[in-house]
Formats: sequence, structure tokens, C-alpha cells
Amino acid sequence: MKAVNVRNWIWGLVALAVAAAVFLVPFAFIFVTASKSVQEALTLNFDLPKKWMFFENLVEVVQAQDFMLIRAFGNSILLTVCSVSILVVLSAMMAWIIDRRPGKVAKIANAMILAGLMIPPAVVPTIFLLQSLHIYGTFPSLVLIEVAYSTSFTVMIFRAFISSIPRELDEAAIIDGANPMQLFFRVVFPLLKSVIVTAVILNSVFVFNDFVNPLYYLNGPGNETVQLTLFNFNGQYVSHYNLLFMDILLVTVPMVIMFAIFNKRIVAGMTSGAVKG
Amino acid sequence: MASAKKSLAKASLRNYPLWFTLPLGIIFIVLFVLPTITSFYYAMQRWTLFDTTWIGFDNYALFFKDPFLLGGVIHTFIYAFLTSGLKVVIGMFFGVVLMSNIKLRGLLRNIVFFPVLVSTIGVGLTFQELLKPNVGILDQALQVFGIPAAGLLGDVNTALYAVIAVDVWKGVGLATVIYIAGMAAIPSEYYEAAKMDGVSAIQNFRHIILPLLRPATNTVIVLSLIGGLRSFDLIWSMTGGGPGFASDVLASLIYKKYQAGFYGLSTAGNVIMFGLILILIVPLNRYLSKREVEI
Repeated sequence: MKAVNVRNWIWGLVALAVAAAVFLVPFAFIFVTASKSVQEALTLNFDLPKKWMFFENLVEVVQAQDFMLIRAFGNSILLTVCSVSILVVLSAMMAWIIDRRPGKVAKIANAMILAGLMIPPAVVPTIFLLQSLHIYGTFPSLVLIEVAYSTSFTVMIFRAFISSIPRELDEAAIIDGANPMQLFFRVVFPLLKSVIVTAVILNSVFVFNDFVNPLYYLNGPGNETVQLTLFNFNGQYVSHYNLLFMDILLVTVPMVIMFAIFNKRIVAGMTSGAVKG
Repeated sequence: MASAKKSLAKASLRNYPLWFTLPLGIIFIVLFVLPTITSFYYAMQRWTLFDTTWIGFDNYALFFKDPFLLGGVIHTFIYAFLTSGLKVVIGMFFGVVLMSNIKLRGLLRNIVFFPVLVSTIGVGLTFQELLKPNVGILDQALQVFGIPAAGLLGDVNTALYAVIAVDVWKGVGLATVIYIAGMAAIPSEYYEAAKMDGVSAIQNFRHIILPLLRPATNTVIVLSLIGGLRSFDLIWSMTGGGPGFASDVLASLIYKKYQAGFYGLSTAGNVIMFGLILILIVPLNRYLSKREVEI
């Protein structure tokens, strides 16, 4: 029995060494380069910096272009918070009706959810539509776009969860005289806590990391999100690799924190969402 | 009695008001469904500075005549099928390893999964520097061993495959956790019965694990095919579609044509992508789910 244990430890350590080499080395490279001086960073190699300039680089990146990064973080966080809160409340409402009231509306909604999971958004027609509504390029329009594009996935995970809540609970509340709003927000919504947490985390990751939608729908100065600044940094600081990698590091940090706190939920949410899709 | 039941049913319907679906329904229909429908119309127009002309199917025809556009369509296929296939094989391997009895499984799973959450643009820019011709880590390492620098991203023959490799690196963690969930769902009686029958490890994998993992495999295939056909961020941040047009895919062409003001052509690209996903995924999904075994 003991020999088996030792063998499992050896294999575990071997796998750890391989996994670290394959998956963590690029992150180590980001950190090392972000700590170097401009000249040293130019070599793009793995030597440790002769002089650690981590905090100097951090200050320089934050101050660059009139604190653009701070603005971008503000924009990204605001975008994430607004779109995810709208998405979660409205998706829960829709999923509840789809599950509790089967019929024509539910059928159409289910078909559209399925289509939304596969069909790529048509960008140019959406831009024309937003232009004709005079909201193209505005922050609220991007919030609505993020909501629309994540609708399918979010309603799907809510629908799966709601179907496991017994109807008797609704009926008890109805007998107690609750109207639909009270029934949903006072009785049902609190019961959804665990799936709400999952939906919030997963959608936050998607929206915060989203690059292509801000690129199409939010062009213009002052509107940058962190993913856009990251991309623009690459063009503007062609040979300032230390600053580029400091920027990459900063954009990665929120995800590291999310993962450290919620890793079980993220993995469970992504697999359950994926398997049921 | 019957009428009482009926009124009860009616009352219960009143507790589930349809307008609850309206707020999200309107956002989704206006911003997603409507543009999808009108895209068929816009894709048949040509934009000049001042007006638009109806040109029928010319934009679509151009996509299959122009060598660069056609190249993009072909690259999209290669990208989607290769990433999907590699994620199945490598993800399954990682899944089997992580479901065995080795130690440190939780830590290993987290390491493999973490890149899934990291910004694609950040990953793309990092690998752009790691794979930079001559000065990047890969080429420096090759030179140490006396092998001429590969310059993967600068070579028209390898650029696309380098991006594919990074896509697999970033996305295989999701495939792995899907396989782990799939394997956890296999009842242990199957293994025990096999053990009684004296089945070898290879037979166990071939005849028990593999067939019972089919739902997980189908999920990984469908998910990564859809993702691969739509992929943009990684290509855009690593190569920008270059060198030349060597790693352009549909999504990057759609963006380039949009930037250049060819709105009709860009939309036609969108419709083609939509069509490809539909003709590939719907029958595939049907075929794959037919072959699933009940556990």
C-alpha cells in the first residue's frame, strides 16, 4: 500500500513539473519582463532583472497618457457591473416564465436561446441599427450589446436550475396572497442564490475579458476598456516591453483574484453550462 | 369541479405573467435577432462614399473567387477542426491523468484550467513576443542547440499553426474539466465489473471509458468547433492575420473589410460564417447525440 502511495507522489510531482513548465512559464515571463528596465526587457529573455524595477514600471504604466489605465479600469468595471446585473435579473425572470409557463412563448424563447448559442452576431447591421437610434459608440449601448450577447448562455443556466425548484413553493406563496412581483423577487429570486453567483462570476469573466465588442461598438477616446488599452499599448510602446508586460500583468490580476476565491464555482459552472448546452 | 380546476389553472397562469420575458426579450430581439435578419439584406449591397447599390450575390461570389478571401474561409476550417481535434485528444488525456490516483490533482487541474480565464489579448501579445522571429524565447532556445531560428509567426507556412497551438494551450483546460466531469459521472460499478472480469487498463479505456465519455467528447467537439469558427481575438493579437494574409480567418476578414468601409462584403462574411456554423454544427450535433450510450 505504501509503495503505491510513493508512486502516486512521484507521478504527481512529475506531472506538476511538466504542467508548470507548459502552463506557468509564460506567466513567469510576463512577471520577469514587467520587472525589468527598458533595455533589459528588449532582450526578451528569461534572465532575472539586474535591477528590479517592478514598482517604477507600475507607476509609469499607471501614469501613462494621463492615467489612461485608471480610466480604462473604471470603464471595464462599470461595464461589467452594469451589464452583469441587468443580465442576471432579467435572465432569471425570463427563465422562470419559460420553465413555469410552457406554451408558445416558451417554445419561441427556447428556439431563440439555442440559436443565440451558435449564431455569430451580425456586426455591421447592428452598428447601422445603433446609428439610426443615435446611440452608436455610447457606453449604455455597449452595456445592452453585452446583455444581448450573453442572454442565451445565462437564461440556459437559470432555466436548468429553476426546473429543480418544486412548484409547491410557488403555490404556497400564492396562497399566502403574494402577487407575481412579490412571488418572484421575495420567494423565487432568493432561492436562486447559488446559480446567481455562478452566473455573475462567469459573465463577469466574459465581459471583463471581452475585446471584440468594445472594438466594434465603443470606438473613440475616453471610452477605452482595459482590453482595448492592452491592444493599443502594443502599438504605441513598440520597444517598451517592460511596460507592455506590466500592463498585461495588471489586466490579468483581477482574474487571478476571481479564480483564487471562486475556482470551484467557475469550473462547475463552466462544465454544467457546457454539458447541458 | 372541472370548472374549479380550470379557474385554478387560469389563476396560476396569472402568477406567471408573460411580460416578465419582455425586458430581456426586447433587448435580445432588437440587438441580436433583428441585425441577424437584416444582415441578409445588407450583404447584397455595395457601399460607395455616397450611396449603396444592390448587387445581389456578388459579395458572396467574391468570397469564393478572391484568393485571399477564399484563403480566409479555408483557414477558418483548418483552425476550427485542428483546435477541436487537439482539444479532444489532449483534454481527454489530461482528464484521464487527473482522474487517476496521482497526488496533487487539485493543484494540477487549477494550473491547466487557469489560462482559460486569462484575457485572450494578454495571452496573444505574450506569445507574440515569445515567438518573435530571431529574438523570441523559442528562437533563442533553438539557436542554443544550433537549429536555425524558426520564426514561426513570420513564416507564411507556420503562422496559422502557431496561433492554433496557442489556442489549444489556452483552451484545453476547459476540455479537461468537461472530461473530468464526464468521468466523475460514470458509476463505479462499471469499473468494478470490469475488474472482476480481469480487464486490462487498455481494454478498460477502449471499451468502458471511451464509449461512456461520448457525451463529454461531443460537448468538447461542438463547443470548440463553434469557438474555432468564430475565433478572432487570438489571431488579431498574435498576427493580425499576417504575414500577408497567411493567418486571416473569417472573423479577421470581417473586421478588416468593415474598417475599409466594405460594409456589404463584411456582412457577407458574417452570413457565410453563420451558414458554416449551421451546416456543420446542426447535423454534427444530431449525429453525435445519436451515438451516445445511456449510462
